[in-house]
Amino acid sequence: MLRRLHPDQPESFAFSPENQKWAEAQVTKYPEGREASAVIPLLWRAQEQEGWLSRPAIEFVADMLNMAHIRALEVATFYFMFQLHPVGSVAHVQVCGTLSCMLSGAEDLIGICKEKISPTPHTISKDGKLSWEEVECLGACTNAPMAQIGKDYYEDLSNQRFGEVIEDLRNGSAPSPGPQNGRFSVEPSLGLTTLLAGEGDRPSTNESVSLAEKFNDTIKKIDGSEVNLSVRWDKQ
Amino acid sequence: MNSKMWCFGKNLQGLSVNLMTDERKVIIDEVELQVEGSMTLIQACEEAGIEIPRFCYHERLSIAGNCRMCLVEIVGGPPKPAASCAMQVRDLRPGPDGQPPVVKTNSPMVKKAREGVMEFLLINHPLDCPICDQGGECDLQDQAMAYGVDFSRFREAKRASDDLDLGPLVETHMTRCISCTRCVRFTTEVAGGSQMGQTGRGEDSEITSYLGETLESNLQGNIIDLCPVGALTSKPYSFTARPWELSKTETIDVMDALGSNIRVDTKGREVMRIMPSNHDGINEEWISDKTRFVWDGLRRQRLDKPYIREDGKLRAATWAEALKKAKSEIADKKIFGLVGDLVSVEATFAMKQLVEGLGGSVECRLDKAKLPSDNRSAYVGTALIAEIDTAKTIYIIGSNPRDEAPTLNARIRKAWLNGAEIKLVGEPSDLTYEYHHCGTGRKALKDLIKGEALKAGDHESLVILGQGAITDEDGLSVLAKVMELVEKTGSKFLNLHIAASRVGALDIGAVADGEINAEIAKADVIYNLGADEIELPQSGFVIYQGSHGDRGAHNADIIFPAAAYTEENGIFVNTEGRTQVSNRANFAPGEAKENWAIFRALSEELGDSLPFDNLTQLRKLLIGLYPDLERLDEVPFNEWKPLKVGKMVERDFINSISDFYLTNPIARASSVMSDLSANAKARANSKLAAE
Repeated sequence: MLRRLHPDQPESFAFSPENQKWAEAQVTKYPEGREASAVIPLLWRAQEQEGWLSRPAIEFVADMLNMAHIRALEVATFYFMFQLHPVGSVAHVQVCGTLSCMLSGAEDLIGICKEKISPTPHTISKDGKLSWEEVECLGACTNAPMAQIGKDYYEDLSNQRFGEVIEDLRNGSAPSPGPQNGRFSVEPSLGLTTLLAGEGDRPSTNESVSLAEKFNDTIKKIDGSEVNLSVRWDKQ
Repeated sequence: MNSKMWCFGKNLQGLSVNLMTDERKVIIDEVELQVEGSMTLIQACEEAGIEIPRFCYHERLSIAGNCRMCLVEIVGGPPKPAASCAMQVRDLRPGPDGQPPVVKTNSPMVKKAREGVMEFLLINHPLDCPICDQGGECDLQDQAMAYGVDFSRFREAKRASDDLDLGPLVETHMTRCISCTRCVRFTTEVAGGSQMGQTGRGEDSEITSYLGETLESNLQGNIIDLCPVGALTSKPYSFTARPWELSKTETIDVMDALGSNIRVDTKGREVMRIMPSNHDGINEEWISDKTRFVWDGLRRQRLDKPYIREDGKLRAATWAEALKKAKSEIADKKIFGLVGDLVSVEATFAMKQLVEGLGGSVECRLDKAKLPSDNRSAYVGTALIAEIDTAKTIYIIGSNPRDEAPTLNARIRKAWLNGAEIKLVGEPSDLTYEYHHCGTGRKALKDLIKGEALKAGDHESLVILGQGAITDEDGLSVLAKVMELVEKTGSKFLNLHIAASRVGALDIGAVADGEINAEIAKADVIYNLGADEIELPQSGFVIYQGSHGDRGAHNADIIFPAAAYTEENGIFVNTEGRTQVSNRANFAPGEAKENWAIFRALSEELGDSLPFDNLTQLRKLLIGLYPDLERLDEVPFNEWKPLKVGKMVERDFINSISDFYLTNPIARASSVMSDLSANAKARANSKLAAE
């Protein structure tokens, strides 16, 4: 896919104060003169904050790391995880279309995206809230088919459940992520057949889902206030 | 390559692996040789005399390893072919009993692998060869002869791509690009630019300049040579000639004082293009854009017949008329000769013989640089250009090497990338590397010498002195002060000239006793040999001998049309004191004659013929008087003679070049150079506006 910068670009970009602090801390992880190593985390945080990477954002990060703009553009265009086009204001839905998911019905999920969001990928829905794309394997094959929405995985999707998730997102709430068919995590769909010992006292949701519910950051635009910056990387 | 670094198998008995240098034995195509462990396989193969096909690998650039054309088989290694440009000899595994590793470069596996790579490269490469400027000198074309197949299995549509606008020099045809990234690596590593890059990935990866920026470097023409296909071609040369119809002449450049080695390609009488040729001691294999693209200036504004000023107007004349007129004007008058920036030692010598025979004197230091002609360690220095590479500290005094000698600046950048510290006294400017700016004037130079902690013997260091620093009345004192810095820090000294003729002219003592303006005022007749960078007073009779109708010709009373630098053989001594010979590539237009011949003819007219009838006799005479000029391509040792420091005024150093692209009459006649000059000005203005 030919990836170019979007024709309509915002005037400027700046990290939120907390994100700025976080980014500066990231840079100190690398030796002096190697600041450019922090380009991917910083670009990623810029995308988490804005939803997509604009030209001012790429240049802001490049300037912050003292690297040529073209070097940051090379990185941003290389990785498909960086969105170079605006995404829906609420969420960007990434449906896995690779083997396991495809065999388990990913094509139907994509059909639902086309119907409920927009007929083409990377296009914002009419109400401006959602956009979608098909992505390569996200590594949740045991829970196929699945989609990544914001920071979290929605797994074991049925057509009906996927439609509900999209409607919920549209109405401003993020449904609880994780397996959508009652499974705990990756155990057999008919229940555990081995390691039965601790089955009774396990929590209601798996760790990943619990964390998502705790921080409630599934589709949040990350501004750095979610988790306290507790680790000091800078030389003391 | 250094012959000490390897020897063949039969000499190896009794030689153990040398641990100090980490030498390894390796068998390449049944030839056993011993090479440095850090060498890559492609280099080792070259040592063994085997040429490996390559597109992305270039010995002067970093290793990319992305074209995969240089695949070789490593016996006993991984079962897949290995890219020989990216694998070091020390990484090869020895055999089970410690036998040297075996590399094959012509096995069926290698041939099949390379054919596969070639097929992939040709998938998206258009069948443009008949309309492509690279045709006939194209790496892809040549290697497809060896590894290509005569049909294509690819039935789909070929990739389409947008062409870039890189400015007035480099034309792009991006469909032909094979993504070797040589241009990206050159512009970032050697030229120090930040415009070019490779965006996207896989099939959609494209070589781009950042959001349509044009290239800013004055070394950008080199990417045309580096491009192994026809994706980057020369705009001024486009569609004018085929490589096989050009006659190629190896010669010397005169655009700056480095004496870069070049190859002039001519078709009939015309110079069609200028290419670099390799000289590790001077220009490596780069040349500046002025050197490369100045050739259209060789066709414009040329003086092709003699002129005589009558009633205030110049009119065309015959040689006989012009010489006769010159004779009547010169007779019994005080004559003073000026040596221009682009003339050869022979021309200077012939003029010196003629003018001094008439009781006059000649002067080559037109920019008033206070260079003592009796002290070669002061006017040339003691350093080789190649010693920049290994210097750990480089002092630049009153110079902008990026304008004054772009390929030398690329070397300083290389040293900087290897960790050298650069200190600059003088006008600050963008030199493509970081430097410590010590100040702008004489005071900063004094403070630098006072405060410098580096002592002789600490590590290799080098002082580069620009001519702008020594053109004021206290120039000799500044030069002496700079030499004090050289002594204190134990540095080598490089006096960076900007005129190709200067060192050679000083070597043969083409200097007058008095100050140049006083000498001009005293003289009745000025003999101006291609000196266009100097303002002459309106009074006095001026004979101009040169190739272009530029400043010098405009206020001349007699014009003798002469050959330009590609049109005559000549000796040039470069800024480090290296003597080189330039060769004639084409003929001067119209009635223009070679410079030495004009002096010979004039001397005969004056009744006292110079003692040579051809260039060989002239050279014999010249070398008899100045035997160092015979030692071609050598840099003689200059005995260190410090100067006495006098009083210095308090002033800033001003760099001697204000417009890189318009420093001599040939460049001023070139439309490409004026475009570049205008672009550079516009870019500087827009930068100011942005700030």
